[in-house]
Amino acid sequence: MSILGNRVLRKEDPKFLTVGGTYVDDIGLAGALHVAYVRSTFAHARILSIDTEEARKAPGVVAVYTAADVDLGPRPPEMPMFNQAMTRSLLADDTVRFVGECVAAVVADTRARAVDAAELVQIDYDPLPAVVDVETALRDETLLFPAAGTNLAMDMTFGTDEHFMDGCEVVVRHQFLNHRVAPCPLEVRAASAEWSPEGRLTQYSSTQAPHGVKSGLAGALALDEAQVRVLSPDVGGGFGAKMGTYPEELLVAWMARRLGRPVRWVETRSESMVGLGHGRGQLQEVEIGGSRDGRILAYRLNVIQDGGAYPAIGAVLPFMTRTMLSGVYDIPKVEFNSRSVVTNTTPTVAYRGAGRPEATAAIERVLDMFAAEIGMDPAEVRRRNLIQKDAFPFTTPTGTVYDIGDYVRALDLALEAADYPALRAAQKQRRESGATKQLGIGLSVYVEITNGMPSSEFGAVEVRPDGTVVVRTGTSPHGQGHVTAWAMLVSEQLGIPIESIEVVHGDTDVVPRGVGTFGSRSLQAGGVAVNQAATAVVERARQLAADLLEANPDDVILDKVGQRFHVQGTPAAGRSWKELAAEAESQGGLTAEVDFTAPGPTFPFGAHLVVAEVDTETGLVEIKRIVAVDDAGKILNPMLAEGQVHGGLAQGVAQALLEEVRYDEDGNPVTANLADYAFVTAAELPSFERIAMETPTPVNELGAKGIGESGTIGSTPAVHNAVCDALVHLGVRHVPMPTSPQRVWRAINEATGKASA
Amino acid sequence: MIPAAFDYVRVDSVDAAVAALTEHGDDAKLLAGGHSLLPLMKLRLAFPSVLIDIGRIEGLSYVRQEGDQVAIGALTRHCDVNASPELARHAPLLAYVAGKVGDPQVRHRGTIGGSIAHADPASDLPAAVLALGGEMVVTGPSGQRVIPATEFFTGFLETAMSPEEMLTEIRVPTATAGHSYQKFVRRAQDWAMVGVAVARYDGTTGVSLVNMGPTPLRAAAVESALASGASAADAAEVADQDSEPTGDANASPEFRRHLAKVLTRRALEEAGL
Repeated sequence: MSILGNRVLRKEDPKFLTVGGTYVDDIGLAGALHVAYVRSTFAHARILSIDTEEARKAPGVVAVYTAADVDLGPRPPEMPMFNQAMTRSLLADDTVRFVGECVAAVVADTRARAVDAAELVQIDYDPLPAVVDVETALRDETLLFPAAGTNLAMDMTFGTDEHFMDGCEVVVRHQFLNHRVAPCPLEVRAASAEWSPEGRLTQYSSTQAPHGVKSGLAGALALDEAQVRVLSPDVGGGFGAKMGTYPEELLVAWMARRLGRPVRWVETRSESMVGLGHGRGQLQEVEIGGSRDGRILAYRLNVIQDGGAYPAIGAVLPFMTRTMLSGVYDIPKVEFNSRSVVTNTTPTVAYRGAGRPEATAAIERVLDMFAAEIGMDPAEVRRRNLIQKDAFPFTTPTGTVYDIGDYVRALDLALEAADYPALRAAQKQRRESGATKQLGIGLSVYVEITNGMPSSEFGAVEVRPDGTVVVRTGTSPHGQGHVTAWAMLVSEQLGIPIESIEVVHGDTDVVPRGVGTFGSRSLQAGGVAVNQAATAVVERARQLAADLLEANPDDVILDKVGQRFHVQGTPAAGRSWKELAAEAESQGGLTAEVDFTAPGPTFPFGAHLVVAEVDTETGLVEIKRIVAVDDAGKILNPMLAEGQVHGGLAQGVAQALLEEVRYDEDGNPVTANLADYAFVTAAELPSFERIAMETPTPVNELGAKGIGESGTIGSTPAVHNAVCDALVHLGVRHVPMPTSPQRVWRAINEATGKASA
Repeated sequence: MIPAAFDYVRVDSVDAAVAALTEHGDDAKLLAGGHSLLPLMKLRLAFPSVLIDIGRIEGLSYVRQEGDQVAIGALTRHCDVNASPELARHAPLLAYVAGKVGDPQVRHRGTIGGSIAHADPASDLPAAVLALGGEMVVTGPSGQRVIPATEFFTGFLETAMSPEEMLTEIRVPTATAGHSYQKFVRRAQDWAMVGVAVARYDGTTGVSLVNMGPTPLRAAAVESALASGASAADAAEVADQDSEPTGDANASPEFRRHLAKVLTRRALEEAGL
């Protein structure tokens, strides 16, 4: 029986549930110093002077650094498509551009002393006007980078057709703010650095991509990559925000070199809320046109993306939004333009979904508005426009080629599981009775792109002479369960039980190459690499067994139950894995390495249905049901997949309902801790009703698509639509996200003509 | 999240605590469960130079009925207030409200005395004691005195206690004629955006408001409307009358006023009015 497709318990968990994980901050380095960063308290200001005298004299302080001390120079944005004049210094030199930007670094013998001394650094600021929203930024009245001459970091405008909506009987327009959210990994950022006497750097990093950190460090510090080793032990979540190398991490390595002693850094939650990149931040002008019988003919999205103070990955994500622009619908005409701007806020980065949730949210929300406009059931409007299952591979008007899907079936499964007609009847009954608590039913049918820009991933499998296996992978799990999943793949090929299979990741000296874990790429990139390496090891062993048995390799079979190779029909004479591995030892071992690049991305899809109860007096929303159909192709381990979906649903619900990074008009963050930032908890969520659906992709041998981000992408618009649907009969057209009680209350008052403030 | 340096003193009696408070005055803070104080210290919004740990004083964690009152020791944790059979029987509002404070970790560390002495207008328990018409027993260098809840909360995070006094007991009257606590939160663990507590006893109805001003507030206008025979719905309309709600990221003052009225009506109805 195959182990694949089974709910195999996680190999990782006994450790986490007993002694606990080992995170960067758990690793003490002998003689290490601790750094505390002094961060800007202004969103935009010139630095007039920095007085470090008192801090230097404080107990235990070894060094205090400012930009004047750092000889690494300002860095232009990493991606060439950004305005290259928007440079960033590791410590702010003459100007600070967001609250939380590092201005000075205080190094002391203990963390507490570093924190105490950091309070003594006196910075004299000359405040400049803060640019907080994207529309203001676009006006270029206040420039973040005068040398750039503009706040526009990246222009992706293709033009506008004045006659675009010609022939549409109905056109619906709206502006949506896909607001900023904070990724909030449970483990905040941490890094520590140690140099060998020979000048080799060992850096511990809480990252999703250790090899990327290695390249980043080598580049920034002008080192040969061989001079850098990066270790990422257990990592407590990343959600896309732990992909690059932040200034704080580069400085840790720089300071350790300068001081000739190991240096450790871990941020506080308050620092993380302003220092770790944020997600989303897209202002959208949406327009949809179609016929009164529900056919969508034209769809247009104009975006202004908030890049934050220094353009990073977030500023390029509209590209992904464009890739997924028309979603699951067969729309003849689309138009997309985007401009990414800088503002005096925390830089935006990738966050679970990264550009695709923004696309899905826009089209799924405006589709409901279109349905309301023509008086048709939102499920029916969707059904009339879905791409049919015989249309794959399907090329969208923006040139994206979807691999395979059955969107109608996903929608049907969700409607059926939820008993959609009964829900509509219950809703009708509440509306007629004028109940205080109204029911809303929200739908979202989505498709997204995973492994979006396929790049090579490393996988190696080695059978050791004791019969155990070591798997090395370039992916970098931080909660996903690769140790279990990769062991399952190898066990399936070799017949060796997963208990005897060790999976190694997160050490660039042991794993020679790698890309990491993000964009829902790991199984279809790294998993396939491991699978192919396992296949290669089996072939190698078969060849070796054939030599030893003096048989034709084609006649030699692997008895997975007995874990040995023998000639078909003569099981008595054979060679076990152990024997073959011992035999192979002198010939370089029984091992295979694979660098695999997928031929293309894959496109998971699904349908989410949310039932929300909205208190029309207080505006409070309670989610009653979440029915989720998420098709990620062939499922390797349903339990791991469910874990990914559950977390994704929670974060998607959170964006629609609770979480929002906010700034005041001066650019001061007002949600910089987990009391003010409404981080979702289990208490705000119902039990999830997950409906299985598997449509294997032809793109890879495992038939697998990514599952890390689907839950987030599908659920946000379903929740949002549910809240708005509960109020549509009151004349409410739209409630902005997150649909807080106050926003719901205001929307009702506006629709019913009552005053509210 | 490292607090500024401070000295730490542990005391094993109320007298020793009062002596330490007298010695260190305004620079000292009492540490009980620590769930209000320590976060403020870690954020460096509070930096007392001395912490006097009263957590191990024996005999200050109790709930007992005394005549027509229930007395609760200041070090009684929220979870014990919540689970107390005496309170369930004689002052069920207080038991219920204690179960609504924060999250399970907070309820297993935080104490009723700490919560009330901290006097956060957004906290649950001060308003509950206020609705119940309770009183605070405080101990100072010259002995004990009793302060009615209505006189206890004097300003934002300020009480009628002097710096050398310590809250040692909370007393509430037996109130079994109906109660309700409407806590309006977006997340289970949050402080109330607005809260309304109602307790009925001795033929009267006590109503108090959470987060509707610098202190927990008694909704006197509602109480007198009820006393003169107004319906729950009509009385609730004046719930915000003497309040001074502020605006924040969650709610404008106007929204808070609106919520206070809706929640007061619901609380009165749930309490059987």
